[in-house]
Amino acid sequence: MDVKRRKFLKIAGLSAVAGVAAPSAFNMLLKGDAVASSGGGHAEKTENTGHAAKAEPKGIQYGLVIDVKKITHTKGLAEKCIDACHTEHNVPDFGNPKDEIKWLWVDDYEHSFPEHSHHQKNDALHEMQFMLLCNHCEKPSCVRACPTKATFKNKDGIVMMDYHRCIGCRFCMAACPYGARSFNWRNPREQYANGNFKFYKKPLNPEFPTRMRGVVEKCNFCAKRLSKGMMPSCVEACGNTGAMVFGDINDPKSEISKVLRENYTIQRKPASGTYPSVFYII
Amino acid sequence: MLEKALSGKSGYWAWILFLLGMISIGGLFYVYQYINGLGVTGMSRDVSWGLYIGQFTFMVGVAAGGVMLVLPYYIHDYKAFGKITILGEFMAIAAIAMCIMFITADLGQPLRILNVILHPTPNSMLFWDMLVLNGYLFLNVIIGWVVLNSEYKDVPPPKWTKPLIYLSIPFAVGIHTVTAFLYCGLPGRHYWLTAILAPRFLASAFAAGPSLLLLIALLLKRVANFDAGDKAIQKLGTIITYAALLNFFFLGLEFFVGYYSQLPGHMHTLDYLFFGLHGYDNLVAPMQFSVFIGMTATILMLFPQFKKSHRNLAIAAGMIFTSLFIDKGVGLVLGGFVPNPFERVTEYYPTVPEIAIVLAVWSAGALILTVLYKIAVTVKNQNA
Ligand code: SF4
Ligand code: SF4
Repeated sequence: MDVKRRKFLKIAGLSAVAGVAAPSAFNMLLKGDAVASSGGGHAEKTENTGHAAKAEPKGIQYGLVIDVKKITHTKGLAEKCIDACHTEHNVPDFGNPKDEIKWLWVDDYEHSFPEHSHHQKNDALHEMQFMLLCNHCEKPSCVRACPTKATFKNKDGIVMMDYHRCIGCRFCMAACPYGARSFNWRNPREQYANGNFKFYKKPLNPEFPTRMRGVVEKCNFCAKRLSKGMMPSCVEACGNTGAMVFGDINDPKSEISKVLRENYTIQRKPASGTYPSVFYII
Repeated sequence: MLEKALSGKSGYWAWILFLLGMISIGGLFYVYQYINGLGVTGMSRDVSWGLYIGQFTFMVGVAAGGVMLVLPYYIHDYKAFGKITILGEFMAIAAIAMCIMFITADLGQPLRILNVILHPTPNSMLFWDMLVLNGYLFLNVIIGWVVLNSEYKDVPPPKWTKPLIYLSIPFAVGIHTVTAFLYCGLPGRHYWLTAILAPRFLASAFAAGPSLLLLIALLLKRVANFDAGDKAIQKLGTIITYAALLNFFFLGLEFFVGYYSQLPGHMHTLDYLFFGLHGYDNLVAPMQFSVFIGMTATILMLFPQFKKSHRNLAIAAGMIFTSLFIDKGVGLVLGGFVPNPFERVTEYYPTVPEIAIVLAVWSAGALILTVLYKIAVTVKNQNA
């Protein structure tokens, strides 16, 4: 460390104490991935243009590539994926939009990529089904906002939720630019008279806990299945259509890296600077 | 000193009983919400914060506004505020107590609130907000009580209160700045993502807090035989005028940036709040009303002849307070959520339980304020 840098850090530290936003102290504050850093290679990034602008990646960062054409053109595939996800994770269905909880859902182009502008839109684009979910961002703003570390980033880049730690402040919902988080406004474990939970269409999956009311939840990239060497449920539901490819985007030899190199992909809201790990081929 | 709160005329007790009644009604609704979850409110997946957080934000401002008395009195030795500085400090206590109640009402898991302390998370602005809010509350409780107690005993306040008083000044600015940071550090929410949010918050706080104080001071003159003095009242009016002017100037800057740049994200919320967006216009009437009454009152206050009459002052302060209440307590939070970041609009309607709980928190704040002011006024009148 040369003298100049040390001096700078000293000043930065002092100003931090004084409550002034010195850049270095601020970066420390912003380390959203306080629990488990995925390598800390973020500082070198200069542009918010997505993964392309990033310096040498370190550590694992799981990601997902979604081939929108394949999803749209294989009839019923989107619904199958959603069903697989929601069944696997006991996602309740309250039957009204106000209390809705969703981990994986579809929307049209306009409302998935509101910042992309077009003139005379490509006809095919109108009917495309975009599968939306938590992007497991590399610099997740939800993790930065959570006051209890109930939302945290895993070593493998997955943004996880600790339902028992969550105080239900919903700060993370305000912070996520993708609307990827849902809150249990009501008790998902409300029971029917005959002892069955009311808001689950299917028998419960005993492998995954149900939640209580008052906590936030979202997609977790099927962290539990990954630990058993399985693929995420939605990816499995796609079978060999190749509509979804999952893997470590930091490993140049992985299949997903190959797909990313060979195709033109877009991410949602790259200007948010969160570096989403979900990519769309359109 | 506390016993001073226990004797009063029948009007005093009727008021206390009324407040207790409101608190019990809201309390019952809170129990209902506690049992059934936040589903009983009008909030939804898109609009995930509503009245509670809006009111919280506004009350932080009222609390911070107390500093507009502390600063001239202690730093510039402005004697005219001698009688009412304590009222400012006590108002801050009541306002912060309300903030804490609003936050608690808004939590999905209120019993876990200690997690914020057990797992300190410096990257979260909420953590810092908790620190400054509690710090400010603590400072005001100590300072207010000790200073008043000394007055009661007719001795000068102990020396050690001075540094605490000076410390309370940056804390007042801090609570509202950090509360603005809760909003303006979030990507994807254009209405909040503006560097002028903290200045806007402070300007509106320095108008809203003193407005409330002015109203209370005029009320105390009538009901409690406590005269703050015309000089102090006029000065408060001046402070309110300039803070409100700044507030509307800052609002104008937001309009310029939004509409001159023509950036859709920056325009959408302003469109929704002030003119209606795709036929959704729930908040247009209140927001236009807010700007209208706020600006009218501010302009009137610029005329010295208008300001001379206490009745005029009370009306103008009431208008400014209402204006800022609508703007910050309702529009600010909803504006950030209702047009969601995906160009969809989900409107929000507060429910009966939600409104009852909000009224109960206001009543609880008023109760704290009444009791504290009762003590302060009795002590002051005794020594006068
Ligand atoms: S998509 Fe939203 S919830 Fe998911 S990691 Fe990114 S910011 Fe967090
Ligand atoms: S709602 Fe839960 S997960 Fe979200 S920020 Fe609050 S504590 Fe963290």
